[in-house]
Amino acid sequence: MKILVAVKRAIDYNVKARPNSDGSGVELANVKMSMNPFDEIAVEEAIRMQEAGTAKETIAVSIGPKQCQETLRTAMAMGIDRGILIETEEDVQPLAVAKILKVVVEREEPKIVMLGKQAIDDDSNQTGQMLAALLGWAQGTFACEIEITDEGLKVSREVDGGIQTVRLTMPAIITSDLRLNEPRYVKLPNIMKAKKKPLDIMSPDELGVDITPRLTIVKVSEPPAREEGVKVADVNELVEKLRNEAKVLA
Amino acid sequence: MSALVISEHQNGALLPATLSAVTAATQIGGPVDILVAGENCHEVADAAARVVGVNKIFLSEAPYYAHALAENISSLVVNMAADYDHLLAAATTTGKNIMPRVAALLDVAQISDIISVESDDTYTRPIYAGNIIATCQSTDAKKVITVRTTAFDPPEADGGNATIESLSAGVDAKLSEFISEELTKSHRPELTAADIVVSGGRGVGSSENFAIIESLADKLGAAVGASRAAVDAGFVPNDYQVGQTGKVVAPELYVAIGISGAIQHLAGMKDSKIIVAINKDEEAPIFGVADYGLVGDLFKEVPALVEALET
Repeated sequence: MKILVAVKRAIDYNVKARPNSDGSGVELANVKMSMNPFDEIAVEEAIRMQEAGTAKETIAVSIGPKQCQETLRTAMAMGIDRGILIETEEDVQPLAVAKILKVVVEREEPKIVMLGKQAIDDDSNQTGQMLAALLGWAQGTFACEIEITDEGLKVSREVDGGIQTVRLTMPAIITSDLRLNEPRYVKLPNIMKAKKKPLDIMSPDELGVDITPRLTIVKVSEPPAREEGVKVADVNELVEKLRNEAKVLA
Repeated sequence: MSALVISEHQNGALLPATLSAVTAATQIGGPVDILVAGENCHEVADAAARVVGVNKIFLSEAPYYAHALAENISSLVVNMAADYDHLLAAATTTGKNIMPRVAALLDVAQISDIISVESDDTYTRPIYAGNIIATCQSTDAKKVITVRTTAFDPPEADGGNATIESLSAGVDAKLSEFISEELTKSHRPELTAADIVVSGGRGVGSSENFAIIESLADKLGAAVGASRAAVDAGFVPNDYQVGQTGKVVAPELYVAIGISGAIQHLAGMKDSKIIVAINKDEEAPIFGVADYGLVGDLFKEVPALVEALET
């Protein structure tokens, strides 16, 4: 069984994003970029399936500028077998990403496609579901546990009220939530080995996919700042302020 | 112009999150209809019909609509889409699961997690963990939208008189099947709807110690939340998580205890009206958003706070 994992190069999770000078977009020059943390969890899960013997081959796909090669190398240093980069400098929105991935899936024919549940840059939380729709496949979103059984995939999902478990027919799409696993650290020898793993590069045009954005970002801005607060000396002062100043307690 | 809101319900009750989506739909303009899909859910349709400002309720019942499986609900919504310009749902885990599937089947973008309606095709939404607000304009003929519930006050849930129309069910895609559900049971208010939320972080130290957080919550009649660190450490279940990828809350009062204030946590609570932080590290970023900060040991301060509230 083949597993395909989609990985996105995104702003590092420790970096606070700011609008650029004319408010037309987010300032990304000289900002640290990393693999989207949820995608790292998806990569880890695919590798574990391979280590358990359920997956024969693991492939990582990334879409974006040529620096995404680094993201793919990271995935390969973790243990993914090979990488595919769909290289473009354009803004690729979730629907376009799903369309590109659909073509890649049709070529590679994986039984499971893993994605992070959302990217921490645009916080869309759409791509996995969209890809499942375009392929007509089942989807197990926000997964915290996956079990491969004779009847298909058993996926436990983090939902608002707790945990929901569903059974999916295969092939299927899975999007990872935080508690699915803890991604491994990459070891130096594996970084060296990853440099020799195959990495194919193609363009959205070669795949015949129209990636024209459907959403126009009119402007970006920072949210209104909160007024500066005060430090209280003790709990009695805190209760007094909450009752008489903020009036949130009776 | 007309809008369809995909409702969410549990145990025969319409969830308040749906009402916030109705408000967003009303702001866009035009009549607002609601889809109630499920199994034996006519009571939900009755409740939806009483919501003020709603035009029509469509009720579609089938065993395979129970548990809101995305594969089946999305194709039902797509079959209804021809009559609508806007399709909306709350940005809950259910809405987030279903709506992108609807959007892709319609070959349109989805606008996720909107916090305001600027016009019938332009909306604002938080990105980058809420550090940036983006104004987005859709160029698609149909708009598929999820709504951040804390940003839209619900309409009156009683007083409306919408008609209810039965809608025959679509086919069962047989792609997925519900097996089980473990819902966290609590006598406390629901996290996203509570007026007061008391949250604990890594500083609480253990699952047992969370009793300290709970005792304050019970004193205040509050819901209990947690930071990602506390959930990852196994102190509390996943559904307690407040943050960028957990729940977004905006109560009247948010009390953050032993929470440092990572970017992704702030994303889930910084729109609260009043924020209180209790932390022993006076440099903790949580104090940057707190209206009232108390530097001290939570194991001493929280019991003292419970006591101070007695008087």
